[in-house]
Amino acid sequence: MTDTFTFLPKRKRVDVQTLFTCLLPIGLLASPLSAETTFELSGKVEVEATVFQEEGQFTGQDYQENGSFAVEPEFYWGWNDDYDSITFKPFVRVDAQDEERSHVDIRELLWTHVTDDWEFRVGISKVFWGVTEFNHLIDIINQSDTVDSFDGEEKLGQPMIVASKVTDMGIFDAYVLPGFRERTFAGEDGRFRSGFVVNTDNATYEDEDEEQHIDFALRWSHSVDVFDFGLYGFQGTDRAPILRSATKNGTTVLQPHYQQITQFGLDAQATIDSWLLKLEAIATSSDDQEDYTASQAGFEYTFYGIADSLVDFGLLLEYGWDERGEEASSIAQNDVYLGGRFTLNDTSDTAILFGMSYDNDHHSKTALLEASQRLNDYWSAALDASIIIAEDSQDSFLTSLDKDDRISLTLERFF
Amino acid sequence: MKLHTVKLHTVLVALTVQGAMITTPAIAETPEEQGLKVAQAVKQSNIGWKDSETSLKLVLRNAANQESTREVRSKTLEVEGDGDKSLSIFDHPRDVKGTAFLSFSHTTTPDDQWLYLPALKRVKRIASRNKSGPYMGSEFSYEDLASFEVEKYTYKLLGEKPCPAGTCYELEQYPTDKYSGYTRLISLIDKDEYRNWQTTFYDRKNSLLKTLTVDSFKQYQGQFWRAEKMTMVNHQTKKSTDVIFGEYKFGVGLKDSDFNKNSLKRAK
Repeated sequence: MTDTFTFLPKRKRVDVQTLFTCLLPIGLLASPLSAETTFELSGKVEVEATVFQEEGQFTGQDYQENGSFAVEPEFYWGWNDDYDSITFKPFVRVDAQDEERSHVDIRELLWTHVTDDWEFRVGISKVFWGVTEFNHLIDIINQSDTVDSFDGEEKLGQPMIVASKVTDMGIFDAYVLPGFRERTFAGEDGRFRSGFVVNTDNATYEDEDEEQHIDFALRWSHSVDVFDFGLYGFQGTDRAPILRSATKNGTTVLQPHYQQITQFGLDAQATIDSWLLKLEAIATSSDDQEDYTASQAGFEYTFYGIADSLVDFGLLLEYGWDERGEEASSIAQNDVYLGGRFTLNDTSDTAILFGMSYDNDHHSKTALLEASQRLNDYWSAALDASIIIAEDSQDSFLTSLDKDDRISLTLERFF
Repeated sequence: MKLHTVKLHTVLVALTVQGAMITTPAIAETPEEQGLKVAQAVKQSNIGWKDSETSLKLVLRNAANQESTREVRSKTLEVEGDGDKSLSIFDHPRDVKGTAFLSFSHTTTPDDQWLYLPALKRVKRIASRNKSGPYMGSEFSYEDLASFEVEKYTYKLLGEKPCPAGTCYELEQYPTDKYSGYTRLISLIDKDEYRNWQTTFYDRKNSLLKTLTVDSFKQYQGQFWRAEKMTMVNHQTKKSTDVIFGEYKFGVGLKDSDFNKNSLKRAK
């Protein structure tokens, strides 16, 4: 769901050639030993129509309707009884308005090898860490593809080498992350941007290896009784850039700067009866900025079968805090989130989620609605709406989104 | 999040059975004691299968007789002295394809359940409190599909009745879990093989709610009986669901290490 407001988009394509070169020896090494190779093609095509309540406030945003089209097939080959597999999931989006939102990515190109207790993954993939719903504080492995999804839930494929060991003491994952993905940002014609366009062609880095820097992460996760928790350490390039003013062809632009960080993080959930109690916390240090901690915590309580029907209603409450306060690059620095989730439990899998956020420092408010329903065996529809009310011009980012209230209808065809 | 918590079918073991074991209840026993003995015999007849894999097709029918289908594959590991571990993978409809469900069922404490959402690559621990909710929009609830454990009910033997297998025990069961959707169930269990041929469900208001009928059983390895096809009819909504099982494979070598969050994420 919605991390609706952590972002700071940015974009860059993965160096496909390098990745293929990387994977080639693996492909040879792991060439099918057993004759039985399974192949499966699945995926989806989607069409999205968006209507904005008004034209945007900046040059290039003088439109109220937008449309886009996206394709995401998934090719899967498995052998050795699927103890070895290769997954390839390219992604293409064509957007009628924003050329930065029209983009291609390799979401996944991954070889997985499994033994009894070990799992090895090499290639490009996506990893999700976390438990909260309104902000994904600890989900640091993949870069957000914020042009693709304003709520930051879409991610760019990340090159990785992972060894994972399952033990009685939990699961241990070791990540080597060669190659950094720059965040995607809306272009001049895109909505959901600030007054200055982010120049994604000229990012700067603290480390001299720039996007070639190799990042590392270690994570331990475990389930004990009603508790599920994880701890990690990450060292490498921060996924969230610092945006600095710069000039390009005589106009002021924002230039992303990526610094090196060391981050420790924790996520925990207690699942007790109808309660899900959730916590995410990070401590981040870097050379150029002050060290800081941040957290997102809350609960989800579900009323099952309300009024003797099959409908479940979940109540969500979360609080996001960042030690940097109003200086924080994150939007959840002192914010309360309240949400409700209706799950109809019908044959169409109808679900409706709504949420609101309130910024205690800037008094800005946001509201969102996400509804989805299966139409038949192959088609689904989703309706998304968001409203942003910036009360304080000091909250410069939300102020720039003030005219971006919108409603989107997405039709998805699965195959 | 549109993919709800889907409780995996651990087995349907509840509906299968074999063995022999129970002696005819002695006259001196109360109907409650006799009922418990039948339940123990049902459980006993289905011990030792170790692990299994199968597939299920659910055909959901509404009151207007319109159909929709669900396809699921499942892997189950027998756990001695506790409930089973199971992993279910959803194949159809296509929008839920790749969704997977991991469940550690327990005899006396709530089950541990995790759901994997492939689009987000997210594993969510979910509450097992919603056991009376529908399984994938069908007329089966999660508790209907959970593995049979003696401790989940108290019992009373009502008597004997004719059934497709000859003579059946008529066994009344009262759920011990306060979150069960039923006040009682009445099952027909055949005296020779301890197979459950029919169960009638009464809702929380003790009104007739559903009837589950098994069309046919198949015996595996000369001892374990599994339902091949069964139908749940909801008398209150007039909706029904058929479940058709694929071939069961036993002794496929599943291990504890095949049931964890890593295996859930890579389930295909």
